[in-house]
Amino acid sequence: MGKRGVGKLRRIAQFSLLSAIALGLGGCSLPTFGGFRGATTQGQTEFKLWSWMTIAGLVVAIIVWGLILWAIIAYRRRDPNHIPKQFHSNVPIEVLYTVIPLIIVGVIFFYTFVAENKIDAIAPNPAARITVTGFQWGWSFSYQDSSGKQVALVETAQPKPPLLAASPFSSQYPRFDLPLGETTQITLVSHDVVHTFYVPAFNFGRMALPGHPNLFDFTPVQAGVFAGHCASYCGLYHSEMLFSVAVVTPAAFHTWLNSHSTSGAS
Amino acid sequence: MTILADRPSPLEGDLALAHAHGPSGFLKWVTSTDHKVIGKNYTVTAVIFFLLAGCMAMLIRAQLATPDGTLLSQHTYNEMFTMHGSLMIYLFVGPVAFGGLANYIVPLQIGAPDMAFPRLNALSYWLYLGGGSLMMMGFLTTGSAADFGWVAYAPLSNSINTPGAGPDLWIVALILTGFSAIFTGVNLVSTIYYLRAPGMTMFRMPIFTWNMLVTGILILIAFPVFTSALVMLWCDRHLGAHIFEVQGGGVPVLWQDLFWFFGHPEVYILALPFFGIVTDVIAVFSRKPIFGYRGMVFATISIAALSTSVWAHHMFTTGVVLLPFFSLMSYLIAVPTGIKFFNWIGTMWRGSVKFDTPMLFCIGFLGTFLVGGVTGILLASPPIDFATHDTYFVVAHFHSVVMALVMGAFAGFFYWYPKMTGRMLREGLGKASFWFMFIGTNVTFDPQYLLGLKGYPRRVAEYAASDGFTTLNRISSAGSVLLFISVALFVVNLIVSWRSPVPAGDNPWDASSLEWATTSPPPHHNFLRLPPVRSQRPVWDQNHPEHRILEHDKPRVGGLLATPGGGAVLLDDLGVDGVDDGPGGGDR
Repeated sequence: MGKRGVGKLRRIAQFSLLSAIALGLGGCSLPTFGGFRGATTQGQTEFKLWSWMTIAGLVVAIIVWGLILWAIIAYRRRDPNHIPKQFHSNVPIEVLYTVIPLIIVGVIFFYTFVAENKIDAIAPNPAARITVTGFQWGWSFSYQDSSGKQVALVETAQPKPPLLAASPFSSQYPRFDLPLGETTQITLVSHDVVHTFYVPAFNFGRMALPGHPNLFDFTPVQAGVFAGHCASYCGLYHSEMLFSVAVVTPAAFHTWLNSHSTSGAS
Repeated sequence: MTILADRPSPLEGDLALAHAHGPSGFLKWVTSTDHKVIGKNYTVTAVIFFLLAGCMAMLIRAQLATPDGTLLSQHTYNEMFTMHGSLMIYLFVGPVAFGGLANYIVPLQIGAPDMAFPRLNALSYWLYLGGGSLMMMGFLTTGSAADFGWVAYAPLSNSINTPGAGPDLWIVALILTGFSAIFTGVNLVSTIYYLRAPGMTMFRMPIFTWNMLVTGILILIAFPVFTSALVMLWCDRHLGAHIFEVQGGGVPVLWQDLFWFFGHPEVYILALPFFGIVTDVIAVFSRKPIFGYRGMVFATISIAALSTSVWAHHMFTTGVVLLPFFSLMSYLIAVPTGIKFFNWIGTMWRGSVKFDTPMLFCIGFLGTFLVGGVTGILLASPPIDFATHDTYFVVAHFHSVVMALVMGAFAGFFYWYPKMTGRMLREGLGKASFWFMFIGTNVTFDPQYLLGLKGYPRRVAEYAASDGFTTLNRISSAGSVLLFISVALFVVNLIVSWRSPVPAGDNPWDASSLEWATTSPPPHHNFLRLPPVRSQRPVWDQNHPEHRILEHDKPRVGGLLATPGGGAVLLDDLGVDGVDDGPGGGDR
């Protein structure tokens, strides 16, 4: 790459940086690129990181694609006998494209580190505690009070379902409730094989491991009913290991909890 | 390198005689220890596994083309994606590179007569063929073929959850192919260290050979761990070892650790050979030396070193790994990979780029691998991985990567087929193959990114019409038909070139490394004579003495330049004692 190439590179970089800033400042809502905005505070933290990193990734990709296209178009062989100048290195440019990626990596690592600590933070006094158990092929959601006593239970009614694809919202799959705006702590385990408790709209999945409980918090900020799946392949009826989660007002949540404590507590 | 002085020194007549005395046909295929025969055996076998695995992929896409798909039962679907992944990863992408192309090409590129351990090489092939056939025999058992996913997570892979002979055959097959890979690794490393021709210093080796050296070392790091883990799994299933069972005090996650400690280096065992092919092919079709050769070598070594400390990025959602360490290490791999990208661009920069089929596949590789690379960075971020792990986003990511590698494989195949057979493949059919594959890859896998972001989990046999996954799945299935056509055109190309051959000549691409200095196909011990090796491009130097490398590699001794075409050579200047590597070199 000669001086001409470097100049071009710089112009492309400047243009991309400007458009990225324009994108960031232009609206308070970041582009989703097809992802969920996150219906929990944890999910929103993930979404911001996702959106910014995707912008950065696109900028890099467009620069590199641009350079590739430029190279194959501008330097295509026009004269079959042409043999170009046989240069084979340029140390300053090589150092440049080693150091710049290192800086980018440093920056994205910093933001990743901050985000993952926020998402994995555990509140000392959650408003509700649920032990979620994955098994072949279904889920149980056991609500507990602060002493660990079960106060309500929802679980998959038919662990070996008929071979019929249905929506996660169908009544044959369990639905559990979460209070809006309050933090619920979830303890996740598995009875048998490895499952993954996955709620796409919360931008969150975690493996249910046999013998090792996992702990995490959800703080929903959007009311609604959201789909959930098992995401780790867990055997024959993996496709049917569905559930849904309803985010409701705290008052409605307590009503719901009471209605299930009578019928569900075993 | 004095070992070369002991090389058998057949005269041309003797050589022809030695060749004529060998068996031919089926017997040659079964008994040969010649790296070229073994390399071809490997390539053909791997391509057959590729076609089988491709057909399974077509069944998977057909099942998912409609909601509530009923083409396959859930059980058959589970077998299909398990065997599709297993065949592609364990029996095609790896073996076609380190068993097939590398076996054939590496000794030629360094001017060696064969691999260091020819009998061990034959054993590798037979273990591979035996292992691959065993795995396929799972379909003949009364139960089923393995159906626990190609990663066989414990405890799903124990004798209670997946009983039967099919899964056992899968485990034993991979123990056999594991040993096969280890032996090939030993062979590659030994060959490259000890059998280089006079003048072929480490920093004059083609990048493909460099990458195969590093791949060989990675194989020796990764495969023993995997093979041992499989033995443990077998013991769990049959001897009640309880290594991965909670009930006996074992730890299920240990399987994931051991598997991915192999699994991530494996990604680079698959990728590095094709990086090497792409590097060399781009240089040849740009008529330029590789830009940043040494940077390329150090990038390869860095990638390999980093790849041994990133395995837990496959386990971010387990909740039992140190997230910052593994995400930083994974991010760091982007740096040497980026260096490679810019070096590839630098190689084409101000070159004279010609778009023959191998080069087209390389450009396809660049474009597609970039998608896989950028989405890989996203997935190396634990929060983003929490949101997308085990969804089609991940499926799309690694298929972008692997399809790029497949394009690299096709580049290598179109590039070296003339050397292996003495015939050309048809350019028109080859270019059609490329466009179907490039477009097909993007139409098949790009929608899967969006599916994953909408929360569509992988390895599910069916989805409901109300889930909103139908349209994207349909586009993806349509794309897979394009991929099928691409591969079908390739098979037609092979048949056409077989039935009406177009002779290739020794060096149809005006390429630069040593394999192009011998005949196509090469004689029994590869070279009748070797050109002098003065740079990374011995054959180029011979054919274009007035366009040798500039600046840093300016010959230090004027006498060398005075002999364009490698005529009389000043032996004292070679730094190699007592070896004549002039045009009569083969007569040693």
